[in-house]
Amino acid sequence: MMDPLNLAGSAIFLLLGMAVLALLLGRRQRLLVVVSFAVSAVASLSATVAGVRVVGWSTTSQAIMSIGLPDLPFHLRLDPLAGFFITVVGILSFVVSIYSIGYVREISKQRPISRLVIFYALFLAGMFMVIIADDALFFLISWELMAAASYFLVLFEDERVENRRAAFLYMVVAHVGALAILLSFGVMSGLATGFEGFHGYTFDAMRQAEFPAVWATAAFLLAFFGFAAKAGVIPLHIWLPEAHPVAPSNISALMSGVMLKTAIYGIVRVTFDLIGVFPWWWGSIVLVFGLISAVMGVLYALMQHDLKRLLAYHSVENIGIILIGIGLSMIFRSFDFPLLSSLALIAGLYHTLNHAIFKGLLFMGAGAVLHASHERNMEEMGGLIHLMPWTAALFLVGSVSIAGLPPFNGFVSEWLTFQAFLLSPSLPSPLMKLLIPLGAALLALTAALAAACFVKAFGVTFLGHWRGHHQPHVQEVDWFMRSGMIIAALLCLALGVLPTVVIDWMDTVPEQLVGSRIGTTAGAFGWMWLTPVAPERASYSGPLVFLVTLSVIVIAYLLLHVRSGSITRVPLWDCGFEKVTPRMQYTATAFAMPIRRIFGFFFHIREQVKMNPQAPHRTVPGRMQYTLRIRDRFWGWLYRPLVDASFWLSRRVGRLQQGRIQAYLIYSFVTIIVLLLFLR
Amino acid sequence: MNLYPFMTEILQIMIVLGISPAFVGWVRMLKCWSQGRTSAGLFQPYRDIRKLFAKNVVLAENASWVFRFTPYLVFGTTVLAGGIIPMLSVDLPLSATADVIVLVALFAIARFFTALAGMDIGTAFGGMGSSREMTIASLAEPAMLMAIFTLSLACRSTSLSQIVTVIFSGQIQLRPYLAFAFLAFVLISLAETGRIPVDNPATHLELTMVHEAMILEYSGRHLALIEWAGMMKLMLFMALGAVLFFPWGIDVTATAAGAVRAFLFLLLKLGASGVVLVLIETGLAKMRLFRLTEFLGSAFLLATLGMLAYYILD
Repeated sequence: MMDPLNLAGSAIFLLLGMAVLALLLGRRQRLLVVVSFAVSAVASLSATVAGVRVVGWSTTSQAIMSIGLPDLPFHLRLDPLAGFFITVVGILSFVVSIYSIGYVREISKQRPISRLVIFYALFLAGMFMVIIADDALFFLISWELMAAASYFLVLFEDERVENRRAAFLYMVVAHVGALAILLSFGVMSGLATGFEGFHGYTFDAMRQAEFPAVWATAAFLLAFFGFAAKAGVIPLHIWLPEAHPVAPSNISALMSGVMLKTAIYGIVRVTFDLIGVFPWWWGSIVLVFGLISAVMGVLYALMQHDLKRLLAYHSVENIGIILIGIGLSMIFRSFDFPLLSSLALIAGLYHTLNHAIFKGLLFMGAGAVLHASHERNMEEMGGLIHLMPWTAALFLVGSVSIAGLPPFNGFVSEWLTFQAFLLSPSLPSPLMKLLIPLGAALLALTAALAAACFVKAFGVTFLGHWRGHHQPHVQEVDWFMRSGMIIAALLCLALGVLPTVVIDWMDTVPEQLVGSRIGTTAGAFGWMWLTPVAPERASYSGPLVFLVTLSVIVIAYLLLHVRSGSITRVPLWDCGFEKVTPRMQYTATAFAMPIRRIFGFFFHIREQVKMNPQAPHRTVPGRMQYTLRIRDRFWGWLYRPLVDASFWLSRRVGRLQQGRIQAYLIYSFVTIIVLLLFLR
Repeated sequence: MNLYPFMTEILQIMIVLGISPAFVGWVRMLKCWSQGRTSAGLFQPYRDIRKLFAKNVVLAENASWVFRFTPYLVFGTTVLAGGIIPMLSVDLPLSATADVIVLVALFAIARFFTALAGMDIGTAFGGMGSSREMTIASLAEPAMLMAIFTLSLACRSTSLSQIVTVIFSGQIQLRPYLAFAFLAFVLISLAETGRIPVDNPATHLELTMVHEAMILEYSGRHLALIEWAGMMKLMLFMALGAVLFFPWGIDVTATAAGAVRAFLFLLLKLGASGVVLVLIETGLAKMRLFRLTEFLGSAFLLATLGMLAYYILD
């Protein structure tokens, strides 16, 4: 058997090679699609195998590659934490690559797709490289490769202004974030070896160094800021609902499903592994931002009627839920409760895996809808369940999973997070005992609102009648797209029904990071019972919940179908009035109206009703026009002043540019004088 | 292998299935009496269900499989919930499959699919009901979890059996946080089971319908299953409140006599909770939809106060 690191490395080389091959195959577009995505699928699968093995066996393998700058070789390392994230990225990339064969083939009928294929391969390679990097230099190079490739993917349909704007915004935020990460690594490597030596850039050196509290805090805050910008934590989420919807849907699935997870990986790597020792309030920062992101993310999602934008805001929410688990884990760890810390970490990481899969599934489903109906606005859709039965059923699986309902996977990780919350009374600080359970209430609110949001998303898109004026000819998508979604849906079910198996597998990650595993208690009753901490404390049996519900359903169905043929289909009852039209259905905006009214203070809402005074007759009312604009408050609070300030500054600086050669000569002259004065 | 817990389990599910219509009949009977009307008797709900099962299903033309699947799912999850709540004995095999968070989530999945079914036909009523139901649920669910978390913090467990055992064994005396949590639980039960002042189960008036609006298009056996599940849900919430806050009489000895005694106590407690429910329902008027924020907000506040009281006083 190959060493896991070699396996992952060869997957990366395969992807990089694929990018080169795509350049050569540019003229054979249809062949290119099949070959490149098949190769990506194989590469992703082999990376997944490597990741699964590393986590399962708890091995760590390292390597040094002397390429790059002289005397600064690249360090690679695959430990359980990296293995876990490699698995997360690998599984979803595998599924999305299969889906992409069908999806990109359709796009290739309209436009050249070489660019999409090349950057897709580079994007995947970049994500794998970020995770196996073991020094700051290689990490940042990979990080930038990932960011640049995804920038070009967002920009794929670059004839539309909004796409260019979204891509630009994404690039700006990504770079501000990358700068903060660079500075954070700079602080850590500087302290690791002093500023004389240059070998502090390896993660090993940072691991061994002991940082003074102030500098450790600075490094943590910079890293958290940088990774939070990538993960879309509120208030740094502003790019996410712009960039994710405009990318092709297979890319949205990857960006939302796994690219955000590399930021989670970064946070875990820097805090738990590189810095290692931290005070409790770092955890509270992560927890508080997680809670804000979760609640606000889902509220903003509820207000959207663009299907992909809605899903993008849900990524903000789910990143919040992941950070809640990680923040709790940090708090428990700083108070030296390794078991509780590992439980919270497992909760966060499990949600990372779950979110990757169900969000991937949902974006693939949204892509299928978009592709079939050429419509992104939910207000126009409806009744697609009759035309696209497969997509509808698979999207429903994703919706149930993300809404956190048993027996699917979203529920398991939210359940574990609740358990972690309920263990907070063992903390010594009375204030935290008091405040942390309130976080559980916010998490409950998030889960309930997410359910409401997905009733809206699924109900308005797939159920009822088509709402638009003329219904397009909609067809079910092909088998490649379907099979990608089917695998993801099955994974959602498997992760929800068999959590003990998964947790036993990933238990090596908390063992590596916090020095404790929960497996001995989690699986104490065999594979059926998930009992974190202790069986009398809490237990959940996914298989039994699934089987008992299923058997009651089957029994009830069979008992009631002894008599056959008793269903009559009739037209819809219209209360005796004129025919009910599809325009009378509840729309997405109408559905969310009560919630908009209750939580209205979170949004910037402008609602206007205009009456046209020119009525045809005084007994007939004129046309009414209703406009509703809901905006993110953060844009006005945080970003608009920043944008204004930078424009103001650039205008001021712009005055230097006179356009006259004399002025420029004077600038040069003054510069030389100043330099001569100060640097004699 | 000890078969006794399994027998109790099956017995309990049979009881939930069997007496929930009678419980609803009891509530309706009390309500009729309190309002000076003649009641249809304790057994009218059984007759209703039997009639609906015998009738043919009339389905709208564009009803999808979601619409037809929902009644079975709602029924299935409610039956499972009936097996989880320790009503007769604390030693139930199903009780370990799911703790109180799973219980809340089981009701949530039933609600999720009912709301989808409401939107499936494409009428304005269905969408209206779904929208309102999900709004109410998203406010009620956190309050519900907060109320129960107060108990689970005190009992150091989220397992229902464990909570009942701890409270029953007298380790927790009468405490202020129990009172707060109980009050919050009562308010939320009214919202979750769709009773006045949150929703009126007897109305078909478009301005006030919530649950009825979602299931307006159902008929025949589908409606029977949904109605039956609704009856079980009402009984389960009353029983949950009874066992969590007043676990007297529950069987901890695992004997047949204990089970019989527990059953009689359960009947007594259900009867009493029916009286309380009717007093609330006749005493209050249905609230406007946007007043519900205050109603559920106060439930949440009470639950939070309960949690604070637990930390401050214990």
